[in-house]
Amino acid sequence: MTLTDAELLQLQSKAERQRITTYEPEFALDVPMLDELVRWSEKAATNDDVARALVRDARDLRDVAALLAPAALSRLESIARDSHDLTVQRFGKTMHLFAPLYLSNECVSECTYCGFQVWNRDIVRRTLSPAEVGAETRFLRHLGFRHALLVAGEHPKHVSAPYIADCIRAAADEVPNVSIEVQAWDTDTYRSFVEAGCDGVVIYQETYDARVYPEFHLKGNKRFGDWRLGAPERGARAGMRRLGIGTLLGLNPSWRWEVLALAAHANFLQRHFWRSDLTVALPRLEPAAGFDQPPSVLSEPEFTLATCALRLALPDVGIVLSTRERSDLRDGLARLGVTHMSAGSRTEPGGYSEPGGAQEQFRVADERSPADVTGMLSAAGYDPVWKDSSPVFRRSGDERL
Amino acid sequence: MSNERNIPTEDPLVIAGRAFGSRLITGTGKFSSGPVLAKALEASGTELVTVALRRVDLDAPEGEDILDHLDRDRYLLMPNTSGAMDADEAVRLARLARTAGLVDTDGRCWIKLEVTPEPRYLLPDPIETLKGAEVLVREGFVVLPYIPADPILAKHLEEAGCATVMPLGSWIGSNRGLQTRDGVQAIVAMTTVPVVVDAGIGAPSHAAEAMEMGCDAVLVNTAIATARDPVEIAHAFRLAVEAGRRSHQAGLPTAGDPSASSPLTGFLTDDAD
Repeated sequence: MTLTDAELLQLQSKAERQRITTYEPEFALDVPMLDELVRWSEKAATNDDVARALVRDARDLRDVAALLAPAALSRLESIARDSHDLTVQRFGKTMHLFAPLYLSNECVSECTYCGFQVWNRDIVRRTLSPAEVGAETRFLRHLGFRHALLVAGEHPKHVSAPYIADCIRAAADEVPNVSIEVQAWDTDTYRSFVEAGCDGVVIYQETYDARVYPEFHLKGNKRFGDWRLGAPERGARAGMRRLGIGTLLGLNPSWRWEVLALAAHANFLQRHFWRSDLTVALPRLEPAAGFDQPPSVLSEPEFTLATCALRLALPDVGIVLSTRERSDLRDGLARLGVTHMSAGSRTEPGGYSEPGGAQEQFRVADERSPADVTGMLSAAGYDPVWKDSSPVFRRSGDERL
Repeated sequence: MSNERNIPTEDPLVIAGRAFGSRLITGTGKFSSGPVLAKALEASGTELVTVALRRVDLDAPEGEDILDHLDRDRYLLMPNTSGAMDADEAVRLARLARTAGLVDTDGRCWIKLEVTPEPRYLLPDPIETLKGAEVLVREGFVVLPYIPADPILAKHLEEAGCATVMPLGSWIGSNRGLQTRDGVQAIVAMTTVPVVVDAGIGAPSHAAEAMEMGCDAVLVNTAIATARDPVEIAHAFRLAVEAGRRSHQAGLPTAGDPSASSPLTGFLTDDAD
């Protein structure tokens, strides 16, 4: 029997679908253990438990649970001090700066909290050409940036794998450090991105709790949480030097559960994919086009506590803070554990060279320019790090600094 | 005898035929600003400074690149290959450094060879380091490799033609001091090239300890860059390294039980009256 091209395509697409829907990542969360730790953290952890967690050299998940407990809030100042000291020791008084570069706001997913979701018909959609991506990156380079994070929605036609690879090549011609924050791909596709000059994959799980995840992800491959959860593993296997993981605080009513799950995921990746540099992030849900103000599940002191607890649990891991947060909070957290910041971000495609031409993904709270942010950092005694990579590290074998 | 910077000249550190008045080598990472870095280097008295190539930005506006804060008439710049995960990446970075003109007055490019395949502890990969060193020495680089405190590896690197060996005291940035003391001691006893303790030195007392043991120099970065007053601590490190070196040269008394000033068995050899 010979198959027609159309039948072959149909079979391939069925096999692809099956692979995504039945995928089992290597990393598996111990859900009953996390439930128990969160119960203990919220109801039972005492001042003594917090004090014990603070003096430990190597901290486990129970220590993290103690550091996130209501009891820990009354010791926030001393926790912040320890977090500051550990960060300075490991990273120095430096702050890595990067800029998100939106390739496209086309999306077939239905994520109920996101401005790019498929049913949102009121927005201007735009997909940059690779040449426009080159121009945007050049614009960022003139602002000082040497690290571009390419961001896009999920769309099989507008945001295909070859398109992303072309965009990576265009950006990599301009800056030494290019990473991506796009849909989850398989290992071979990630490898093609690495070969194009990409050195990092950022993919946030949104919520680690599989009981909550389906409520917010209704359509598109993003529905399949395990496929997404395994993306950092696949990226690492493909040779990505940097992995970024995170959880979107605001979906799961229990933010402690999410922070603990993130810490567990980070531990797993560090142990199993020991060559990759890891960053973690705790973005808080922001209002997007067409949506109401999301419920605030954690206060600023709690958010600060969560950041410090991650630092104390993961001393060697970079912590990323976006412009979603207001400037005063960012300035404070810059001294307490955060090591990577975006600045002057635009969250719409083409937003640097032509602001306002398309719909942004979310509202930026810190609207200061990169120069203002570096001014703040210098005044606080921190040296901005623009460049921390070399094209030499690329598979393509660039012979430039 | 002292030169104008008050460093003894009768006991120079000699690496690859070049004499240095200071036995303190410094790094340039983690400082809060370029001007603080420049002042700390001055206070340290160092003459050999390492800089991460991946941080060098030849495109940066005037005054914003790290090289703009380093007086190249005063310090010999030794580019390092931090970020390299294997020998090949390290070798390519080193070649770039030479192309970019980071060479001494004799046209030699000094490379601090770092091959650290994991970002957590930044531990050196012994196998890839040896491979990289062999290539770089063959290509005429002056190679100073960062290594685990393994005496046999140190011997292999010495035989490969490295200018020094640089064992870690403990892992980079940990400030834990000489956790690898026994390994470093064996390296000091076994090698013929200068031994530089690199990484882990967290306090001037650690630096003095390494020098007292007979190490030829120490490399310090984090402990200076992240101190409350980097300039003052850089000065303290300078004094500690000098004190440790002088103690070593003077011959430290052996620790042990206090011994009686008159021998207890003297009666066996005393002339009988």
